[in-house]
Amino acid sequence: MDKIRASLLKKSIASKIERRGKIISLTCLALIILVVFLIFYFVASRGLATFFQNHINFWQFLSGTQWNPGTTGTNGQPAVGALPMIVGSFLITILSALVATPFAIGTAVFMTEISPRRGAQILRPVTELLVGIPSVVYGFIGLQVVVPFVRNTFGGSGYGILSGTFVLFVMILPTVTSMSADALNAVPRYYREASLALGATRWQTIYKVVLRAAIPGMLTAIVFGMARAFGEALAVQMVIGNATLLPQNLVSPASTLTSILTMGIGNTVMGSLQNNALWSLAMILLLMSLVFNMVIRYIGRKGKLNNER
Amino acid sequence: MKKSRVIQLLGLILIGVLVGLGYSQRATTDASESITAVGSTALQPLVEAAGEQYSSEHTGIFINVQGGGSGTGLSQIQSGAVAIGNSDVFAEEQSGINASKLKDHQVAVVGIAPIINKKTGVTNLTSQQLKAIFTGKVNNWQAVGGHNLPIVLINRAQGSGTRKTFESYALNGQKSADSQEQDSSGLARSIVASTPGAISYVAFSYLDTSVTALKVNGVRPTKANVKTNRWHIWSYEHLYTSLQPDPLTKKFINYILSAAVQEKLVKQLGYISVHDMHVQRSATGKITTVK
Repeated sequence: MDKIRASLLKKSIASKIERRGKIISLTCLALIILVVFLIFYFVASRGLATFFQNHINFWQFLSGTQWNPGTTGTNGQPAVGALPMIVGSFLITILSALVATPFAIGTAVFMTEISPRRGAQILRPVTELLVGIPSVVYGFIGLQVVVPFVRNTFGGSGYGILSGTFVLFVMILPTVTSMSADALNAVPRYYREASLALGATRWQTIYKVVLRAAIPGMLTAIVFGMARAFGEALAVQMVIGNATLLPQNLVSPASTLTSILTMGIGNTVMGSLQNNALWSLAMILLLMSLVFNMVIRYIGRKGKLNNER
Repeated sequence: MKKSRVIQLLGLILIGVLVGLGYSQRATTDASESITAVGSTALQPLVEAAGEQYSSEHTGIFINVQGGGSGTGLSQIQSGAVAIGNSDVFAEEQSGINASKLKDHQVAVVGIAPIINKKTGVTNLTSQQLKAIFTGKVNNWQAVGGHNLPIVLINRAQGSGTRKTFESYALNGQKSADSQEQDSSGLARSIVASTPGAISYVAFSYLDTSVTALKVNGVRPTKANVKTNRWHIWSYEHLYTSLQPDPLTKKFINYILSAAVQEKLVKQLGYISVHDMHVQRSATGKITTVK
């Protein structure tokens, strides 16, 4: 009797293993959270030093147009105006998303609705291959092919927002395409069947039912693409010209937050104003990726409610 | 069940062996047996090559060379994280650096030449014209005797050693106008080679036939002209150490300054030996003749 009682009260091997597994996964989780927290803390502590230690006015930082932290600008303050980079980053992100979206949705519709078999066999592997190409390769192709093309077709030196848009368009296309295709695949089959049963044509079904139902998923895909475009450094740096000037038009040299960061960080001394100003740029980048993340979550929540209704 | 036990045991043994190996390796590459040099990418090839040669002559000694830029080199040596900080600029010129706490070792000289696209139609500029171009006062090649082409300025990144040298000695300390920036000499050259009307500047070792190296005031950018200071746009390559470097660091720097390295490696890699200079320049730009 006692033996049975003891064996019942003692933890079984299975439950011990489960407990161990739980502890391991929890530790991993805690470690990742700690790393994220530390990164935020580090970037914020360096980035905010520009404003608290070096006493740069925050609005001047956001709205100033002169960037040369080592020297004083026309207003007598150190020239740390990040507006050209902020404008450049947003312009290039929005433009490349605008160009990529129609192509991505078209490809996704073809892959899922029009020719699912060929889509699965050819198109999906091809788009996934595009994701795997390193960004320096995109940048190099941009430098050798896109820049001369833009120079000969649109004038200017070829370096600028337009070249960057073309390069980023190719880079974010696969991400947006495969995520849109997933969104379209997730639309329940009975939506299509009901629509066809009501006498709608295939085009009407795609346009009025499937695409409408997949809107939240496709928005997520686009925002994901934009987040990637916003954070891309190397390929953009090679074709945008890296001039800290407000872009006059799409073919004048411009710069993005990432391109100025990667170029400047090796030439500054930790703790100096030049270095802190770069960290402030990094902080803006981090905050923006946080915003993109929150937008994606928000869309995801909204989309779920719509489907359940 | 038994199989997994065996695998676990094997894994444990493997980890044990690796840890043991790692520990024994650590013992041989003790701090006194290896030095780390960090900084300027322009100086990196020379220190790397000299380091390799040094280790092959003195077994068990490792010279660890990393890039990162002159600013990184100076800040790392100031914080004491490395033994040698490589820099293209004088520590006095870099903000945030206390030069009196560092010891300067000038190991080589680099000449810098303005380069332009070949189809520009210009081979010589006066220093006035060069200044006007880089400060944005002139924006067409016609104004300086070339073809009717807009001038495309291509600078190196802000804070780059090459750019600092160019601004100090080619533009007499004036800042260049805001323009396109590139973070490596190789990229700057290839962009000048492919962009009509482009002008930039690179170290002599990057000059080739894809671009035109400009004469300034009729002086050709050659090593011989740098040695006599007829060509003004040049800079020292510095190895910075703490005021009391450890014996190995001292030995390594003496090795780089020895005739064996200065006569061979330095020249092979496109630098100019400090021993060949007929003049000396101080951090403030004062020139004195060497006897």
